[in-house]
Amino acid sequence: MLLIPCPFCGPRPELEFRYGGQAHIARPENPAALSDGEWAEFLYLRDNVRGVHAERWRHIHGCARFFNMLRDTTTDRILTTYKTGEPRPEAV
Amino acid sequence: MPDSLTTTFGTTPAAAGPAREPFRTTAGGRIDRARPLAFRFDGKTYAGVQGDTLASALLANGVHLVGRSFKYHRPRGIMTAGSDEPNALVTVSRDAARTTPNLRATQVELYDGLAAISQNRFPSLAFDVGAINDRISSLLPAGFYYKTFMWPRGFWDRVYEPLIRSAAGLGRVPTAPDPDRYLQRHAHCDVLVIGAGPAGLAAALAAADAGARVILCDEQAEMGGSLLADRQSTIAGRPASAWVAEALAELAGHERVTLLPRTTAFGYYPHNHLGLVERATDHLAAPSTEVPRERLWQVRAREVVLAAGALERPLTFPENDRPGIMLADAAHTYVARYGVLPGRRAVVAAANDSGYRAALALAEEGVEIAAIADLRRAPSGAWLDAARKAGLPVQTGMTVTGTSGSLRVDGVSLASVEDGGEVGATRDVGCDLLLMAGGWTPSVHLFSQSLGKLRFDEALQAYVPGIAAQPIRAAGGADGEYGLEEALSGGQRAGVEAAAAAGVSGASPRVFVTVSPPADTSSVLGALPHPTASRGRDPSRVRAFVDFQNDSTAKDLKLAVREGFRSVEHAKRYTTTGMATDQGKTSNMPMLGVLSQAQGKTIPEVGFTTFRPPFTPTTFGIFAGAARGELFDPARRTPIHPWAAAHGAVFEDVGLWKRARYFPQRHRNGAAEDMDAAVARECLAVRQGVGIFDATTLGKIEVVGPDAAEFMNRMYINPWAKLGVGRCRYGVMLREDGFVLDDGVVGRIAPDRFHVTTTTGGAASVLNMMEDYLQTEWADLQVWLTSVTEQWAVIAVQGPRARDVLAPLVDGIDLSAGALPHMALAEGRICGVPTRLFRVSFTGELGFEVNVPAGYGRQVWEAIHESGQPYGITPYGTETMHVLRAEKGFIIVGQETDGTATPDDVGLGWAIGKAKPDFVGKRSLTRSGMMDPGRKQLAGLVSADGQTVLEEGAQLVGDARMNVPMSVLGHVTSSYYSAVLGHPIALAMLAGGRSRHGETLYVPMPRGLAGSIAPIAVKVVPPVFYDPEGTRLDV
Repeated sequence: MLLIPCPFCGPRPELEFRYGGQAHIARPENPAALSDGEWAEFLYLRDNVRGVHAERWRHIHGCARFFNMLRDTTTDRILTTYKTGEPRPEAV
Repeated sequence: MPDSLTTTFGTTPAAAGPAREPFRTTAGGRIDRARPLAFRFDGKTYAGVQGDTLASALLANGVHLVGRSFKYHRPRGIMTAGSDEPNALVTVSRDAARTTPNLRATQVELYDGLAAISQNRFPSLAFDVGAINDRISSLLPAGFYYKTFMWPRGFWDRVYEPLIRSAAGLGRVPTAPDPDRYLQRHAHCDVLVIGAGPAGLAAALAAADAGARVILCDEQAEMGGSLLADRQSTIAGRPASAWVAEALAELAGHERVTLLPRTTAFGYYPHNHLGLVERATDHLAAPSTEVPRERLWQVRAREVVLAAGALERPLTFPENDRPGIMLADAAHTYVARYGVLPGRRAVVAAANDSGYRAALALAEEGVEIAAIADLRRAPSGAWLDAARKAGLPVQTGMTVTGTSGSLRVDGVSLASVEDGGEVGATRDVGCDLLLMAGGWTPSVHLFSQSLGKLRFDEALQAYVPGIAAQPIRAAGGADGEYGLEEALSGGQRAGVEAAAAAGVSGASPRVFVTVSPPADTSSVLGALPHPTASRGRDPSRVRAFVDFQNDSTAKDLKLAVREGFRSVEHAKRYTTTGMATDQGKTSNMPMLGVLSQAQGKTIPEVGFTTFRPPFTPTTFGIFAGAARGELFDPARRTPIHPWAAAHGAVFEDVGLWKRARYFPQRHRNGAAEDMDAAVARECLAVRQGVGIFDATTLGKIEVVGPDAAEFMNRMYINPWAKLGVGRCRYGVMLREDGFVLDDGVVGRIAPDRFHVTTTTGGAASVLNMMEDYLQTEWADLQVWLTSVTEQWAVIAVQGPRARDVLAPLVDGIDLSAGALPHMALAEGRICGVPTRLFRVSFTGELGFEVNVPAGYGRQVWEAIHESGQPYGITPYGTETMHVLRAEKGFIIVGQETDGTATPDDVGLGWAIGKAKPDFVGKRSLTRSGMMDPGRKQLAGLVSADGQTVLEEGAQLVGDARMNVPMSVLGHVTSSYYSAVLGHPIALAMLAGGRSRHGETLYVPMPRGLAGSIAPIAVKVVPPVFYDPEGTRLDV
């Protein structure tokens, strides 16, 4: 079980969290302006990273906040967590 | 075979009670000879003593034959003295429920009255008909079932699979539910030390000295590891065993140290989260019911010290699997720790000095050493000198070419290996014990589980821990440090470093002055040299076992390589080597050795397989813990639940909720109505009078804030800006991919306040999705979301008389059609209690949903029920609710929809706010595939015969005479008998359904003989069956 440092609550066990998929995929400002292909890419295409991955988590059984995390998918090492809206930090 | 063994295999009756143990030494070891125990194995009574394992007690009685092998049913004995045992698997049974198969006899602690039976044999261990597999082994090569059971096709289901299933598996599951308790607990520590041998004890002492919180666990009953069998070494001037006692006493005195004997660290998970299982009562003759059988410790450790020791390697030579063939270190342990002689006349095959150590210990107790066959050409050192000095017959540059004996080894064939690798003439040596010393393999399983990288150490010819992926460090044998002094100093260093890494330091290092025989690092890998066909036996008939538990041989591995299984991962799976319950503890390195020989590659080139949890098999009980029966899942009950239960409701599970499904009435003769009769009665009551229904489980979310309407506009397909205060709207929510996620009635309480209802099952996911958009996409919106599902009890009152029932109870609310039309809401009081009263209908009748604070739910329900008595008010359940809504063509999300339905597919296109520029899912609705007129659409069905109730999930086809596989047009989503219409009705998702009204289609159902199909003719109709004009609503 991961030990996840919630940016608001500190380290808490993974059981309190829910995974939220890849981070930094903003919903397009004007979806109507996108072609079917571009929209499908937004909907369905995600990275399958071997290494450091930026992903969303929600502390659903805690403060209920969404936040972002850099995690190495090969070792599960968490490099850092940061608040929604902040830019992706440089990989440590 | 020595005379003393014959009784073991004979039929001596057990009635005379346990006999003297013929192979027990008179003194020494860590057993208590003053506390005799009796136990039974395969029905026969034997004697043992306190401190024995089942294995040591069996050996004390001369019993080596304890099991039959998995595939070939070969007789097998006790090979090890610990958790690496592949052969001696037994079932220990206290009663029909307390029966545990596949326990390693080497780990089962003896208690008085213990009853164990052998496995995988019929009718008896000594005579097993399954042993025919051994005779026909040439027909059962690696992967034989992939190659053999291929035709005829129909035989697989009826003949081959049942046969294979009955032959597969080890042991039998208990026949009664497990009555024992299992507990789970969490623990945190600075340093977790795994293994309490010299390295582990030194690490625990060092970390404790530094002030760290320490947990020290060891899988054995007694802590001390190899020191418990060490009669030569001294530490700080004291015998090893005395030092162990002092170290344990000191650790026990530290208040920050937890000692966990009988506790296996079985799994290593991310972020230094480890699973430990503590066996609390399995060693007791009469366990107290106050104590759980096992405890699962979930430990979060800042740092881990892996001091799990090293395992001795077996040797890979022909017939290396007979009872009486044992690891040298195991034999040494049986003599030194348990006071048991594993034989009378021993041959030792050694590639490591461990063989000399065992031979000397056995010789000291009077065991005849018939030969020490050293595989090394020119060994040297103190152990060899001591053996020569003791007059033991040592021969160097030897190999083992085979063994003999049926139920016990009775001879060994030895041969010399010449300089060129040529194997000389064989010489047969009689014996009842053959020891194997193949060198050491560090126990790196948990390091591998922790995702650390292993490194091949050329000098040790073994994998050792390399780069760690988590805060773990290895010490002692697990780190390839086999000597006592290195283990102690390595353990101490690991303990100090681990404590410092955990943020505590300040220990003054100890110095361990040790006197100990030198450690030997030599080892051998791969099959031992064997004569060529012309000189020896037919090589195709020679079997050298690599994985003893799964019966895979060097020949199987070579065959796998010849058949193209190049990757070690493929060869492993094809031959199943290392995949048995022992996780390849004794077989992994020998497998790599054989593959290396067969492929002409180095060991690192062959690669390595990953060890996975559990280290040793664990019970399911510890994972279930208290989550059994009533406690398996939490149950959610509404405030009205007790009333429903008292009125005979039959409940169904909806998510975690218990919902009343129907309320069967008792007939005069005492029999209860069946569901069909109850539902028909409840349905007619609602259509003709009035019904009362507990809708409390509906999800409820309060959406509040200045931007609430804008937020609702973006989340739902409907327009919200113009919805007046005091009005309701049926809302539909999509996922971003355009498919229906949830629906429910939304009421506007105030300009900045919406009372949103969701489906019972969708409440959590709807709130999660709302929070997701609010927090991550539209953080600028001033909106707050609160789940109020538990705060409101909801009582639906439905039917033509609903207004009459409620009118006397409300205060400050005008229920008239003019003041409170359909889809309006009012706030006021009912029965003196505050209420949000919605005029809504999921039945098509005049209807109200009375929301009151949950604590008043039952009181108001009872008052409404009382008020409805003059009108014959009828409580109804979810089944009736389903029928009533289906008669009206109302969908249920998750029943009509399956995650691929658009609003238009289910007839809800009208709900879309056409003028809205955007909402979640809008863009997806204009993708070409989403607008295809041939998409499955909601339609109604009536069966042509007017009486057949279709099966939900049944397929729809256009032509009844088609051959299988038919082309399918859609499927039935809901199907009921409609009491008010007098015939069955069904809803379906049907390709182009809206343009098929009037068509006749067919539901092909299997009937009679397998394969034959009887189609049911159905007519496609609009999905609203009852009151399509909606006149009953507006009254």
